[in-house]
Amino acid sequence: MSSNNESIRKTVTVAMVLCLVCSVIVSASAVILRPEQAVNERANMQMNILQAAGLFDPQQSIPDQFQIVTTRLVNLDTGEFVNGMDVDRYDQRKASKDPSMNRVLSTDKDIASIKRQAKIAKVYLVENGGQIDKIILPIHGYGLWSTLYGFMALEGDGNTIAGLGFYEHAETPGLGGEVDNPSWKKQWAGKRVYKDGRVALRLVKGGADRKDAYGIDALSGATITSRGVDNLVKFWLSDTGFKPFLDNVREGRI
Amino acid sequence: MAKTKELLFDPVVNDNPIALQVLGICSALAVTSSMSVAFVMSLAVIAVTAFSNLFVSVIRSQIPSSIRIIVQMTIIASLVIVVDQILKAFAYEISKQLSVFVGLIITNCIVMGRAEAFAMKNGPVDSFIDGIGNGLGYSAILMIVGFVRELFGSGTLFGVEVLTKVTEGGWYFTNGMMLLPPSAFFIIGFLIWGIRAWKTAQIEADEFKIAPNSKVKEA
Repeated sequence: MSSNNESIRKTVTVAMVLCLVCSVIVSASAVILRPEQAVNERANMQMNILQAAGLFDPQQSIPDQFQIVTTRLVNLDTGEFVNGMDVDRYDQRKASKDPSMNRVLSTDKDIASIKRQAKIAKVYLVENGGQIDKIILPIHGYGLWSTLYGFMALEGDGNTIAGLGFYEHAETPGLGGEVDNPSWKKQWAGKRVYKDGRVALRLVKGGADRKDAYGIDALSGATITSRGVDNLVKFWLSDTGFKPFLDNVREGRI
Repeated sequence: MAKTKELLFDPVVNDNPIALQVLGICSALAVTSSMSVAFVMSLAVIAVTAFSNLFVSVIRSQIPSSIRIIVQMTIIASLVIVVDQILKAFAYEISKQLSVFVGLIITNCIVMGRAEAFAMKNGPVDSFIDGIGNGLGYSAILMIVGFVRELFGSGTLFGVEVLTKVTEGGWYFTNGMMLLPPSAFFIIGFLIWGIRAWKTAQIEADEFKIAPNSKVKEA
């Protein structure tokens, strides 16, 4: 029997049948388990949002905690809320690739190297007695190896940072990967963004002055990642990013 | 019955894949900084070794020997993807910590080694048990290393505090090295030493004899 096995015909048949069976098993498991995975991913995203704002409590269930957060859509051009669209189904990352929903950024504006930007962005608001208490903005931009995706949380004044966190990146572990370092992230809280209407917040190579309300230590050994973080933060807080929206919040127009 | 027992428990002490065959060291270094992660990784490896052995054994008489390694790899890879999907659905937090190492079970020498060395020559039931046995052998080492590393590295076991850390007002200074992968090298080294001191049959013969002129002679 074993001599039979060695024929070309047998070899090809075994390979084909095996591939077919295996691919059916693999795709079946992926499809069947998809709903559970989607629930987990959603909870994970909610956790990232809460963590960025410093509101996360690991003792409590994530969906319960997330109830204090309202998700809204914002038109980045006008900085006004978009009504009449389903917030849950809007996928900003997909929209940024859809020509009818994105805008191509010119080189001088595209400091975060993202090339295309969705015209409508998600924002997460935590309200307290009718007043906006925290604003959490999704941000992303290019570092050294990868696009960093994260959230930046601002206090209700739209000028003071409450926290920052990246949930997806592939920077060098130990160098650029230190964007996940809790003690580095801690220094963002309390810093200020705008000075005379312009973004003054920046990363300072060699360490920022402790009294500097706009300066954050750059990561040592990670010049390009730090530059990327600096650029993406500036980008998303500029006129092309969330500045019109934040202006509206500050002046009480929405 | 005696044979089943042998197949199941021999790989745990007498023929341990990590301690005697020194296979699968890479993931043993990477996933043992906490016991709960090591435990899930163990379950994943047991499942993959057992089922890959089973399936390879079932179709062993049909596999042309020219493509047998590829056939084994395909079966193992499919199983690993299924396990990865299950972990993502039901143990999301841990699957994030295991990240790439679940996928790397594909390249874990234990799985491939058992498929090629045992399942290609034995029946499905024996192969399945052999897979579980070798998975258990791997798990045993993983759990011991995980125990030492988590206890001395973070003062906890399965995330439950055992030694109160200085940072939380206790007395225990955590050993930071235990949280880094190299510490697993030392622990596995000591384990192999311990096992071979107990089971002297496992000591390997010297590959070469030290030449007499390298010995210290009186001048």
